[in-house]
Amino acid sequence: MHLRITESKEVVSADRSASVGVVAADALPPAGDFKTVELTQDNLEVLTINMGPQHPSTHGVLRLVVDLDGERVVRIRPVIGYLHSGKEKIAEIKTYHQFIPYTDRLDYLSPMAYNTGYVMTVEKLLGVEITERCAFLRTVLCELARISSHLVFFATHALELGASSAFMYGFRDREPIYDLFEQLCGARFTVSYMRVGGVQRDVPDGWLDGVRRFCDYFPNAVDDYEALLTRNEVFLQRTWGVGKILAADAIALGMSGPSLRASGVLWDIRKSHTYLVYDQLDWKMVVEDGCDCYARYLVRIREMRESVKIIRQCLERFPGGPVNIDNPKVILPPREELHHSMEALIHHFLLVSEGFWPPPGEVYHAIEAPKGELGFYLVSDGTPKAYRLAIRTPSFANLQALDRMCRGGLLADVVAVIGSLDLVLGDVDR
Amino acid sequence: MATFEAIEKAVRERFGEVVTGSTEFRGELTLGIRREAIHGVCLFLRDEPELRFNFLSSITAVDYLGVGRLPRFDVVYHLLSLEHRHRIRLKVAVPEDDTHIASVVDVWPGSDWYERETYDMFGILFDGHPDLARILMPDDWQGHPLRKDFPVGGVRSFYFKRDTQPHAGEPPGLVPRIRVQDSDL
Repeated sequence: MHLRITESKEVVSADRSASVGVVAADALPPAGDFKTVELTQDNLEVLTINMGPQHPSTHGVLRLVVDLDGERVVRIRPVIGYLHSGKEKIAEIKTYHQFIPYTDRLDYLSPMAYNTGYVMTVEKLLGVEITERCAFLRTVLCELARISSHLVFFATHALELGASSAFMYGFRDREPIYDLFEQLCGARFTVSYMRVGGVQRDVPDGWLDGVRRFCDYFPNAVDDYEALLTRNEVFLQRTWGVGKILAADAIALGMSGPSLRASGVLWDIRKSHTYLVYDQLDWKMVVEDGCDCYARYLVRIREMRESVKIIRQCLERFPGGPVNIDNPKVILPPREELHHSMEALIHHFLLVSEGFWPPPGEVYHAIEAPKGELGFYLVSDGTPKAYRLAIRTPSFANLQALDRMCRGGLLADVVAVIGSLDLVLGDVDR
Repeated sequence: MATFEAIEKAVRERFGEVVTGSTEFRGELTLGIRREAIHGVCLFLRDEPELRFNFLSSITAVDYLGVGRLPRFDVVYHLLSLEHRHRIRLKVAVPEDDTHIASVVDVWPGSDWYERETYDMFGILFDGHPDLARILMPDDWQGHPLRKDFPVGGVRSFYFKRDTQPHAGEPPGLVPRIRVQDSDL
């Protein structure tokens, strides 16, 4: 039934961005110059409702102010900042090493990738080259982070659309990855494992075998996921053709990662500006041209399979040698050296008490995080603390496209679109 | 992929005087652009077939109060070409007493939120932006947090403290109250 509410109703709190009651569609201010959905009905009446920030399907604390015409979305204004913790400001009072734990808490579903992106930016500023073993290890960990992040996408996206058993599968298979992280560094969730010039410590004995076992097991699990959802009629009805965004709009709005590749754009930073060892491995960029929620689901499912391929090849060729660079001015010396080497003790003391002194200058380094382009812009004035660190997070730009994707669609589809964008609010708000 | 020399030459040939400087550091090109020309330069960079910077990575700013540089702010644009796979960084100097700069929302619609964030954090005013409101901080927030003269601990701190003065009808010492005091920082 098409429900129309013509009276002014106090449904949202008094807020600048949330106009209350009924407004004519042409009274809405413009939102960018990209094409908007035509609203041709006469006497169009718009009801503004509030969604979130505690709504269970908003992935944290996302608040949406939704303008509705009946069941149809006229416009969505996301209200963000509830999780803003000023990490860019904190970076200015911390040494470069001290900031690593804060990067865990940006996208808390893939801290390994965020650690890697940050330390690679600092390494670029310093001009140091990491060891081959470290590059392979970081590649493995970034791909494990991608799988675990996509598993949460799979689980929560399915749950929001009513498939609660898929949720159990996703969270079940995330556990072995966190077990591997725990064996590696003692932490499951916020790992803080990367260091500038290397990692916290080398892999423990048998750890690589554990990863190998996971790689043997996981592709079968992906088959199970696909059996649950890929041809599921309810899932198809909820996602097929829903939340469409064409490639031109997606690029103009700055979308990146799987959400951009689902609109048919061949763009993956691992291929275009390759880093670590991705150029030495045989893997394919996953792209779909459906432009809808279903395509975004397919891209992530197929990316998990590609990630397993990448990890397998890394394990086959995993080199020996040291994992950390041999530069005591940058990375802490091994613990056992402190017992007998005066120099190691001095380096240790200096690194812990004041940090290292990079050259003045500015760098921007972007990696392909599980959710898209993660860039760190670092301005150094030559002191051990960053003069300015700006973080370009993928979820922030992807969320901006939500309005464009939901216009003209049904209110119930907003939940599907949010889920398909794979947002993490820690990543949006920083 | 155009070389950095080719990119810089194209911009200098088209606009001449507006390029205030260029640096290359760690394989990245930075062009300084005069403030009044930024919108035209962005349009040119986006549409020129050899350049085609069709993707805006981010807009942010840097406050140089800490090193005493004048003008105080730099607005920084990170651009990327999905076609040619090259990146560039544009920097526009903005003085403290007149923080206006042209908005590029009509060039890249995705710059909308980045300009709002830069306004929120630094107080840079983007002329022509459709709705330049705060985005991360509350609407009634005073000041711009990422400016160097904004204290890291905030201007006021909030914490819970047991109240020694009970309110009417409540037992003393049991109800935690929010106290607000000036920051120690």
